[in-house]
Amino acid sequence: MSDRAPAIATHSPELEHHFSSLEQQLEASVMGMWVFLITEIMFFGGMFCGYMVYRYQYYSAWVAGSQKMDFRWGTLNTIVLLCSSLTMALAVRSAQLGRRKAIVIFLLITILFGLGFLGIKGIEYHGHWAEHQFPGLNWAWPEANSHLVALFFSFYWAMTGFHALHMVIGVGLVSWIAYQAWKGRYHSAYYTPVEVVGLYWHFVDIIWIYLYPLLYLISHKHISG
Amino acid sequence: MSMATLTAPSAERENYLNQEYGIRSWLLTTDHKRIALLYLLSITFFFFIGGFFALLIRLELLTPAGDLLQADTYNKMFTMHGQVMVFFFLIPAVPAVLGNFLIPIMIGAKDLAFPRINLLSWYLFIIGGLFMLYTILTGGVDTGWTFYTPLSTQFLDTHVVAAALAIFIAGFSSILTGLNFIVTVHRMRAPGMTWSRLPLFVWSNYATSIIQVLGTPVLAITLMLVALERIFKLGIFNPQMGGDPLLFQHLFWFYSHPAVYIMILPGMGVVSEVVTCFSRKRIFGYKFMALAVIAIAVLGFLVWAHHMFAAGISLYAAMIFSLLSYFVAVPSAIKVFNWTTTMYKGSISYMTPMLYAFGFIGLFTMGGLTGLFVAALGIDVHVTDTYFVVAHFHYIMVGGMVMAYLGGIHFWWPKISGRMYPEAWGKLAALIIFIGFNLTFFPQFVLGYLGMPRRYWQYSPEFQVLNVLSTAGATILAVGYLLPMVYLLWSMRYGKVANENPWNAAGLEWMTASPPPTFNFDQTPTVTWEAYNYDELKEVPVER
Amino acid sequence: MSRHIASAKLYVGVWLALICLTAATAAVSGVELGPFNVVVALVIATSKMLLVALFFMGVKYLSQRMTVVVIVAGLFWLFILLALSMTDYVSRAWA
Repeated sequence: MSDRAPAIATHSPELEHHFSSLEQQLEASVMGMWVFLITEIMFFGGMFCGYMVYRYQYYSAWVAGSQKMDFRWGTLNTIVLLCSSLTMALAVRSAQLGRRKAIVIFLLITILFGLGFLGIKGIEYHGHWAEHQFPGLNWAWPEANSHLVALFFSFYWAMTGFHALHMVIGVGLVSWIAYQAWKGRYHSAYYTPVEVVGLYWHFVDIIWIYLYPLLYLISHKHISG
Repeated sequence: MSMATLTAPSAERENYLNQEYGIRSWLLTTDHKRIALLYLLSITFFFFIGGFFALLIRLELLTPAGDLLQADTYNKMFTMHGQVMVFFFLIPAVPAVLGNFLIPIMIGAKDLAFPRINLLSWYLFIIGGLFMLYTILTGGVDTGWTFYTPLSTQFLDTHVVAAALAIFIAGFSSILTGLNFIVTVHRMRAPGMTWSRLPLFVWSNYATSIIQVLGTPVLAITLMLVALERIFKLGIFNPQMGGDPLLFQHLFWFYSHPAVYIMILPGMGVVSEVVTCFSRKRIFGYKFMALAVIAIAVLGFLVWAHHMFAAGISLYAAMIFSLLSYFVAVPSAIKVFNWTTTMYKGSISYMTPMLYAFGFIGLFTMGGLTGLFVAALGIDVHVTDTYFVVAHFHYIMVGGMVMAYLGGIHFWWPKISGRMYPEAWGKLAALIIFIGFNLTFFPQFVLGYLGMPRRYWQYSPEFQVLNVLSTAGATILAVGYLLPMVYLLWSMRYGKVANENPWNAAGLEWMTASPPPTFNFDQTPTVTWEAYNYDELKEVPVER
Repeated sequence: MSRHIASAKLYVGVWLALICLTAATAAVSGVELGPFNVVVALVIATSKMLLVALFFMGVKYLSQRMTVVVIVAGLFWLFILLALSMTDYVSRAWA
C-alpha cells in the first residue's frame, strides 16, 4: 500500500465495497464505536450500581475499606492515564494531518503510559494481596465488619480488574495500529482505525476518572463508625 | 411509478445462493443474507433442543406423581428449556435471521455497516452455543433460567459458570447485532429512504437494537459477578456475607425485562408488514406505529422490578414500578388497534403469513392483558410463581414471537429461497400450531389461578385434568412445528419458482430478484414513495 | 475529511486543565466536608469526563447530531439503572 494514497474518496483502496464514500465509512465506524462505548458504560454501570447500593447500606465498612487505598498511587495513576489520553489525542491529530512518524511516536508513548499504569496497578495489587485484602482467596481483616469490608474489596477488585483488562486490550489495539501506521497504512484521507481506537482509549480513561474518586478519595477523611 | 423491478428477470441469474459454493464460502462469508441463513440453521437446532426439554417437562406433568423424572432432573429440564429458548432461540430469532436478511435490502443498502462484525457475532453465538451444549451434556444446570442468587452461587454444584459463560458470550453476539443494525439504519439508507419512509419492520428492529445495546451489558456484568462469586467465594449476592440477593434481581431484570421486548418488538415489525400486504392497505397511523415501538423500548426499561413484587422490595418502589408498568400497555395497545384498523375495509386474503399475523394479534393481546393483571400489586401477590405467570409469558413469547417468526419465514420464504412454500400445508400447520398452542397454555392460566405453583415436578391430583389437556396441546404443537420444517425443506427443491414479488407487496425487498443477488440490487435504488403505498399498487394487476 | 482538526495547543491546554482538576480533587479529599466530599469529587470527575469527551474524543466537533443523541441516551440509561434501583433501597426503611 502506498504511503500517500490519493485522497479521492470514491476510488480509495481503503473503501469497502458496501460504502459509497470514505466519509460514510468513517462516520459509520465512529458511530459504531460510540454505540459500543455505550454498552461499556452499561457494563461498568452494573458494578457502579452495586457499589452505590452497598455504600448506601454499609457506609462505615465502605469507609474502612476505602481508607486502605493509597491515594498517592491512585493520583499518580490518574495523571499517567491523563498523559496517555493527551498523546492519544495528538496521535489522532497527526493522523488527520497525515504525519506518519508522529502517529507512530505518539502511539508508542501512549503504550508506554498504558504499561506504566498497569505496572503501578500491579504494585498496588501486590500490596493488597500481601495484606490479605483479597476476599475469598486471601482474606484477613483484624477489625470489625470483616465480611462487609470484604464486600468493598470485592467491588474494588472487580471494578479495577475489569478496568485493567480493558487497559490490556487497549494496549494491544494501540500496538496494532502503531504497527499499521508504521507500515504507512494511514493518511489524511483514511485514518478510521486510529480515530476509533482513540475513542476506546479515552473511554477507558473516563472510567478511571470515576473509579479514582469513588475508590480512593470520597471516604478519605471520613470516620468509619 | 417506480415500482418496476430494479433487476432484470432471468431464469439462471446469479444470486447470493449460487454465487459461490462450498462450506468455506459459507463459513467465511460476510454477506448478510448468508449469515442470516447460518443463524436460521443454528437457531432451528436450538429450538428443537429447547423443545425437547419442554416435551419432557410436559410428559412429567402428565401425572400428579413425580414418576418420569427425579425432582433434581426436572429442575434441570425447565432451567435448560428456559435458557436455550430465551438466549439461543427467541432473542436471535427475528433480528438475527429475518432482520439480518432484510434490513439492508429494505433500506436499499448493499450490506450491513460492519459485515465482518456480523460474521463475528454469528461465531460468538456458536461459541456460546457450544458452551451451552457442553453444559447440557455434562449434566446441566438447575438454577432456573434466572440464575437467582444465592441458590446459583452458594447451593448448587452444577455447571453454573459454564452456563453463565454461554449466555455471556451469546450476549455479546446479540450486542454486536444490535450495534450493526443501529449504525446501518443511520448510515446506510439509500437516497430518498427517509426515516418516515422506513418499513415498520426496520423501525421495530431498530428499537430492538436499542434494547440489546443498552440492556445486554448489564446482564453480562451480572453473570460475570455470579461467576466471580462462585470462583473466588465472594459474597456479592450472598446474604450471609452482607450481600443482597435483591441486587442481583435488580440487575438481572434490568436486562431481562426489556429482553421480553427484544423478543416481541421484531415480531410486531413482521406483523405490520404482513397485515398491510394481505389487507392491501397502507398501515393505519404509520407515525404512531413507529413511535410506539420506540416508546415500548424506552418504557420497557422502567418497569423491571415488577418481577420482584413478592421478593421483598420496598412497598413504595413496588408501587412506582407497578404504575410504570401500566404505561407500557399504552403503546402496545396502539399497535393492536392500528393493525385492526388497517384491516378494516381492506381486501383481506387469508394466506399463511396472514393467519400467523391473526394468531399473533389475538395471542399477544391475551398475553398483554394478563400482563396487566400481574402488574397489579394485589393480584401479583396471589399469582406470583404460579402457572398463571407461565401462561402469561408463553402467550407473549410463543403465542406472539414464535407466531410472528413463522409468519415472517413464510412471508419472505420466496425471497430467501426463490421458491414458494406449499400454501395448503402452510395453512394446515398454522392452524395446528394455533390450536396446539391454546390447548397447551390456556389451561395453565386456570391452573395458575387455582394456585398450582410453577417449577414443581409433582402436583395435587385435582390439577390433573388441566395438565393432561396441556400436555395433549404440547404434543399437537410439536407436530405443528415439525410440519413447516418438512415442507419448507421440500419446497427448496420442489416448490414453485417464485418471481421477485409473489405477493405484489410494497417494499424494496420485493423489487429485487428472488433470491437477491449478492449485492442486493444491480444499482442503488432511489426511493420516491412512501412505505406501504398499497393504494398505488392496486392499479397493477395481481397475479398469484 | 469531515472531522475538525483541533490545534495541538488546545489539546495541551485541556490536558493541563485535567491535571489541575486532579490536583484539586486530591487536595479537597484531605478536607473533611461530610457528605459534600462525594459531591465535590463527583462534580470534578464529571468536569474531567466532559473535557475528555468534548475535546479529546471530539464530541464538540461531531458533525452527526445523532451520535450526540446516542451518547446522551447512554448516560440517561445509566441514570435509570442507578436511580430506579435506589428507589428500592432508599424507601425500604420507610415501611
